[in-house]
This record gives sequence, structure tokens and C-alpha cells, in this order.
Amino acid sequence: MNAPFFKFDYFNSDVSLIIAFVIGIAFGIALEKGGFGRATILASQFYFTNMRVLKVMFTAIVTAMLGLYFLSVIGFVDLSLVYLTQTNLLPMAVGGVIAGLGFIIGGYCPGTSMVAVATGKLDALVFVVGMIFGILVFGEMFPWIEEFFNSGYRGTITIPSYFNLSYGLVVFLVVLMAIGAFAAAEWGEKKMAAKTGKEIL
Amino acid sequence: MTSLTKWISNAFEKEEGQEHIYHEAKPFSNPYLVGIGLGLVLLSAFVIMGRGLGASGALSTVVAVTVNTIAPEHSAGNNFYSEYLGDGTANPLKDWLIFQTLGVLAGGFLSGTISHRVKKGVEKGPRISTKMRFVYAFIGGGLLGFGAKLARGCMSGQALSGGAVLNLGSWVFMMMVFVGGYAAAYFMRRQWI
Repeated sequence: MNAPFFKFDYFNSDVSLIIAFVIGIAFGIALEKGGFGRATILASQFYFTNMRVLKVMFTAIVTAMLGLYFLSVIGFVDLSLVYLTQTNLLPMAVGGVIAGLGFIIGGYCPGTSMVAVATGKLDALVFVVGMIFGILVFGEMFPWIEEFFNSGYRGTITIPSYFNLSYGLVVFLVVLMAIGAFAAAEWGEKKMAAKTGKEIL
Repeated sequence: MTSLTKWISNAFEKEEGQEHIYHEAKPFSNPYLVGIGLGLVLLSAFVIMGRGLGASGALSTVVAVTVNTIAPEHSAGNNFYSEYLGDGTANPLKDWLIFQTLGVLAGGFLSGTISHRVKKGVEKGPRISTKMRFVYAFIGGGLLGFGAKLARGCMSGQALSGGAVLNLGSWVFMMMVFVGGYAAAYFMRRQWI
């Protein structure tokens, strides 16, 4: 085991900030190349006319998941040192619905809005201002919603450990689900293209 | 409202002057290839840092630092702000997610410039005014800021990064994002199609 490198003190936290910037650049390039800097493309996911969001998202999840699983199986990465956000079921479900509403109303999510601002989209700039406002409202309301925010606590837990399944089996099931989703997305796009007569971006 | 719209447009005027207007914008890349690329970026974050990618966290730090600068006694008793401010031994702005987000801005601009896709404009369907698009962008941004904080992360930190490490809460979040999005899509159709 010698990864994650940072956890084995291969470099200090100042160096980690440079790494953060470099990884951020790669992240930004990928999002931009995927067309995620355009709200019309992101929103079309919800009208079944262009399933790019689903395709990019699930391909990325599967790629990183398989890579990480493989590297842990051969003993290169210690999975227990990879950060897991704690699970609070109800707040996360409610937060997810609110975020989903924000996504279709606002046209972006936090990461994609940064790319859209960087490529000159004025609505994304307004979206970012709105996001700052939303975070401020959350912060100001926090004393009143703190109890709910911390409710439904399940610890830092993965799907395999929650359902008592092997990690490899869940990895396999996610791959199967992704392949199914891709097939459905390709089929749905063709159907919608035939219906609307529009070209897919 | 109109003057605000103009002001925002003017803020980008300079960039427009530098545009390569004679070049055709290149089409976006194959989504599966982009997905593999994005997955490898995420994997490298896991392997090098032991953490995933994020976006909303950087804005939270900026908000917390701003509140703390304006009204330190106000932010002191608030557990949300103090989590982003740290214990005072280090500058909260020297933060991993802030540098990563600056990188996203740089990377997006770089990629957009190379492919001639940096262009001042407003993203919307043909049936809605720019003014209304800005109103919706603000409301949606507000909801996303609030929702992401309630869920301890956004599409990057939860859905993408947490999804790849099979985090239970991240998958719940991701499914609910699709539920919320599809539930409201019908009512938002005039904005997009």
C-alpha cells in the first residue's frame, strides 16, 4: 500500500494546493469538452432529447470506480484512507430534490456553472450569484435547521456495507446498471430525434 | 432589472473583443470518451489525495470568510460558518477546493478557447426573454446552493465522487437530483424548449 499518496506524507499541504489547481484544470477541460458549460445541453437531459449528462456522468463514475477497485485489489490503494462523506439519509434526500429543482430551474450545477462562466455565459454568472445567496441563506438559517441537518445519521457507510454485500458484487451491479442506462439513453435519443427532427448536439 | 442585465452584459464586453470570430466553434467531444477522461481525473484525485472532486465547497468557504470579515461575532457562534473557517491557525482560503475550483475556471477557459467556444451569450430556449432567464438562473442557483449545503455536497462532491466510492448517501442524493429535475421539467419547458 502506498496510495493515497497524500495520506502517506509524500508531499505537504502546500504542494497539495498546486495539485488541486492542476486537477481542477483537468476537471474543467473535461466538463467543457463534454458540453457541460451550456445550460441548454444540461437541461435537455430532462427532456430526453440529449442524454449527455447521464452518459458522461455514469461513464466517469464507472471508470473511477473500476480503477479504484482494481488498485485496491492489487494492494496499491488503501480504500479505507479514501475520504467518504458521512451519510445523513433524510437531509441528503431532501437536499437532492432541492438541488434537482435548482438544476432544472437554474440550468447548471455548481461545477458546470464555473465552466459556463469561464466560457462567457452570462446566465451562469447570475446563477453563481444566486448560489452564493443560497449558501448565505443556509448559513443564516443554520441554527434553526442544524437538528435536521444532523438527523438520519448512518455514519460513513458504503452501499456494500449497508446492504451487507461484497464490494466487488456492487461494482459489478453498477457496471450492469450503467450499460443498461447507456442502451436506454441511445434508444431514447433516437426516438426523440425522430419525433422532433432536431439534430443532437 | 434591465439596467442590471445591461451591466452584466457590459462586464463581459471586453472578452467579446478578443474573440476569434472567424473560427467556427468545434463540436463537443464524444460523451463516453469525455466520461472516461473525467473518470481518470477523478481517479487521480483519489489516488494522489485520497479525496474526490468538488465545487460548492469553495463557494461556502468564500461565503463563510466574507461573513466572518464583516461580522466576526455573528459567525462565531454558527457551526456552519466555523466548519469552513477552521480553528484560526490556518488561512481558510488556502483550501484544497478553492484551488481546485480556480483550476476548473482556468481549464474551462483554456478548453473553450482552444475549441473556439468562448463566446459571450445567454443559454436559453427560444420562448423566454433574457430577463426571465436571469430570474430563473438566480432562483435555481439559490436552490442549488441551499440544497447542496443541506446534502453535504453537490453533483461533483456527492453524485460523482461519492458515487464512484459507492457512498450510500451520495447515491441517495444522485437519485433524488434526478427525481427533483424530472418532476419540475414539465413546468420549466418554456425556458428550455
